[in-house]
Amino acid sequence: MAFNHKHLIDINEYSASDIMQILEMADSFAEVNRRKVKKLPTLKGKTVVNMFNEPSTRTRSSFELAEKRLSADTLNFGGSSTSSVKGESLVDTVETLNAYNIDAVVIRDKHAGAPYIVSQHTPAVVIDAGDGKHQHPTQALLDLYSIWKRRGTLEGLKVGIVGDIAHSRVCGSLVPALKIMGAEVTLIGPGTLMPAAPDVLGADYVTPYLDDVLPELDVVYMLRIQRERLEGAPFPSLREYHQLFGLTKDRERLMRPDAIVCHPGPINRGVEFDSYMADHPERSVILDQVYAGICVRMAVLCLLLGGAENASA
Amino acid sequence: MTEQRGVKSIVMDGQEIERCLTRIAHQILETNHGAENLALVGIVTRGDVLAHRLAQKIREIEGVEVGLGSLDISFYRDDFLTNMSPEIHATDIPFDMDGKNIVLVDDVLYTGRTIRAALDAVMDLGRPARVELAVLVDRGHRELPIRADFVGKNVPSSRDESVRLFLQETDGHSDVEILEIAPGRRAGSAPLGKE
Amino acid sequence: MLLLKGARVIDPQIEIDEETDVLVDGERIVGVGTGLSAEGAQVIDLSGKCLVPGLVDIHVHLREPGGEHKETIESGTRAAAHGGFTGVCAMPNTNPVCDTGAGVGYVKQRAAEVGKCRVYPSGALSVGLKGEVLSEMGDMAARGAVAFTDDGRGVQDAGMMRRIMDYAAMFGKTVMVHEQDASLVGEGQVNEGVASTRLGMLGWPALGEELMIARDIMLCELTGCPLHIQHITTAAGLDLVRQAKDKGLPVTCEVTPHHLFLTEDDITLAYETSMKVNPPLRTQADAEALMEGVIDGTVDCIVTDHAPHADWEKAREFELAPFGMIGLETSLGLMLTKMVAPGIIGYDDLVDLMAVAPRDILGLEPVKIASGSVADLTVFDPNLTWTVDAADFESKASNSAFLGWELTGRATHVLVGGRLVMSDGVVLD
Repeated sequence: MAFNHKHLIDINEYSASDIMQILEMADSFAEVNRRKVKKLPTLKGKTVVNMFNEPSTRTRSSFELAEKRLSADTLNFGGSSTSSVKGESLVDTVETLNAYNIDAVVIRDKHAGAPYIVSQHTPAVVIDAGDGKHQHPTQALLDLYSIWKRRGTLEGLKVGIVGDIAHSRVCGSLVPALKIMGAEVTLIGPGTLMPAAPDVLGADYVTPYLDDVLPELDVVYMLRIQRERLEGAPFPSLREYHQLFGLTKDRERLMRPDAIVCHPGPINRGVEFDSYMADHPERSVILDQVYAGICVRMAVLCLLLGGAENASA
Repeated sequence: MTEQRGVKSIVMDGQEIERCLTRIAHQILETNHGAENLALVGIVTRGDVLAHRLAQKIREIEGVEVGLGSLDISFYRDDFLTNMSPEIHATDIPFDMDGKNIVLVDDVLYTGRTIRAALDAVMDLGRPARVELAVLVDRGHRELPIRADFVGKNVPSSRDESVRLFLQETDGHSDVEILEIAPGRRAGSAPLGKE
Repeated sequence: MLLLKGARVIDPQIEIDEETDVLVDGERIVGVGTGLSAEGAQVIDLSGKCLVPGLVDIHVHLREPGGEHKETIESGTRAAAHGGFTGVCAMPNTNPVCDTGAGVGYVKQRAAEVGKCRVYPSGALSVGLKGEVLSEMGDMAARGAVAFTDDGRGVQDAGMMRRIMDYAAMFGKTVMVHEQDASLVGEGQVNEGVASTRLGMLGWPALGEELMIARDIMLCELTGCPLHIQHITTAAGLDLVRQAKDKGLPVTCEVTPHHLFLTEDDITLAYETSMKVNPPLRTQADAEALMEGVIDGTVDCIVTDHAPHADWEKAREFELAPFGMIGLETSLGLMLTKMVAPGIIGYDDLVDLMAVAPRDILGLEPVKIASGSVADLTVFDPNLTWTVDAADFESKASNSAFLGWELTGRATHVLVGGRLVMSDGVVLD
């Protein structure tokens, strides 16, 4: 059964069964990743370029590990050696990489739409590892995986996403992905951190009052507050943010007994959470998410590289 | 999903399968001087069922529980990317492979590519003392230098036929059939579930 | 002498719409009437075509000096003639900025040397378009500046804007304004709302334009300085202009074909940089309101905001690509196809929007299809169907979002000061 996608750029192009196929394959990699020898020969001979035009440690490490555990040859391209620093356009950089006969490009870029540009100029598979404030589909998939593993299903779950929705590429993929899987999504945050048209993402409800909706939620997804992006001052202080939107031991009383807590990392203790909630053994799935990242990215690489092979055959 | 059955002949019936498995169980115990340090690893999606039955027979003969695991070799196949299998079954090895005498169990031995992949997978999972191979049917046409240590039955076949094992546990009936290969189908294991 | 025979002559200024002949001698029209003949005159048969007062686009970026890789005064005026224009108003955001008499003089001189159509230079309101220090508007007016604008930027400081209007009023020139409140717009890339959310980019809110329109209309009332709102894009902004006009204030406004015929919904996940314009493409409701404004006369004129860029400047990430699209060679065809052909406006309205009002706003001598008038004339074939193709452009640039569109109606002949600069759709060398 071929996987009917060439690229992973827009999560909206994936159906519920496509996503389920990814999650189920990720699950079989979960077993592999616990072995002594955490390596499979599946992508032997394939060349994957990690083109990170924006600093990223976590996503890049996760992709790199996923590629290596599948025996792909990986080429890291970006950082201080980024061609754009030297004035080369993205298109010219991609044309250059094509000369290496690459099979896949994993691209992180600070500009929305960059993965699409890459896909227009290479025969390789393109995986969006986060583009500007637009999308971050593999993050959404690993979130879905973590939630699915903890809760056994995604359909009908009430998911609340708290924080900087407006500038979040995670939300750009996660909200539509949750909707595709039949979950109900509530966005929670101050007006200064809300996108202009949250309904366009697929959100069912929008509210600034965390305490009002907390008792309903099965999943509380805390978004990272980007300290570096605070010069626009969307809220007066981290202290006040924590008071209004932080998940604390105090607030836990409002939560359902089986509600879980997610965060894309890295977390800011004292901002999104207190330590009690961040480290909560039953509720926090933050470390599961990191683990899921490798498994899900292995599945995406396998399915897309397999799909591409079939598509060209 | 419906398959063009096109059954040419039935080469083993359920009873014959049972007798073969009993014999193989005895042979395994004989070669390994008992069940000590022995473990069976079945290759999904039929070998694991056979391994389970063999373990049961060993228990009946020797009164010992041997290690029993199942192995999905999808990610080790050299044709994984071109023939993506619809579902992956998790590999489950609930014992330490290091130093064990492992008997790999599969239904039909054909080109040898599955066993090559399985050997790679086993090596990644641990360092067994030795690895042997038990198959219910050997149909010939090897493409790699691989041979089974325990064989239920040799079934001469042609390349445009498919030799498939059906088992009560997975298919509702037990026999080994020779089928015409429907166009576009592979000569691998019988698909699981409803046909 | 040039005898233009058999065209449908349309000029609402003198209420003419009939098939007749026009005789041009030297710079001027010397006769209008049926069955004209003249000894030794070059005769051009224009039957089946329309002849109107020369079209003028009062919002054009010619990029010279400083941006010659995008467009030059030569290529830009060739594009204008090709699109049926006899004159364009050049924006001052060149490098260096046209904020001195010398700058205005340079544009006029280059236009005289290489221009295919008339170039009416505009000068900056403030030195370097910075919105801080008044530019030498008197000197620029004396050297031929027709209007003043800081186009590309809004004047952020209300006190400064008041000073500008108080000062400019004495030269009898219109102050043209690009309405953009930097504190609201910031790095906005596309319309704030559906597009900014869908595309994951910073929004350019309608309010960033409307708030400035409201401010400037109030300043217009205070200072009496004629105010022209450039490339208006929103329904609420247009309402403000409508109210100002009802009050009798000297306020006019312009709209571009791309804001009329494209919306934010046309930008897909392919992130078409050809549709990155400033102000951004707005909603369907806004485009409909602009259409309504064209019909009811709130919109005074059609301009292109012709903003050429090199292909490599546009072929990149949306957020890195420069704002703007070209329009000189598609404007008339779009207006004929989308507005006149469906009967939304008539030919006389089109002439008003593209020839009469633009001259009026700049205080230029009117062009009428009558004896004695300057022979700046545009001829178009309303039935000619063509496909917008970059290879066909006279502009150096091809950053149009209308490539591939099939249009009906395009200019065939252009006369500037009695001189034929385009004949049968070909710009003459």
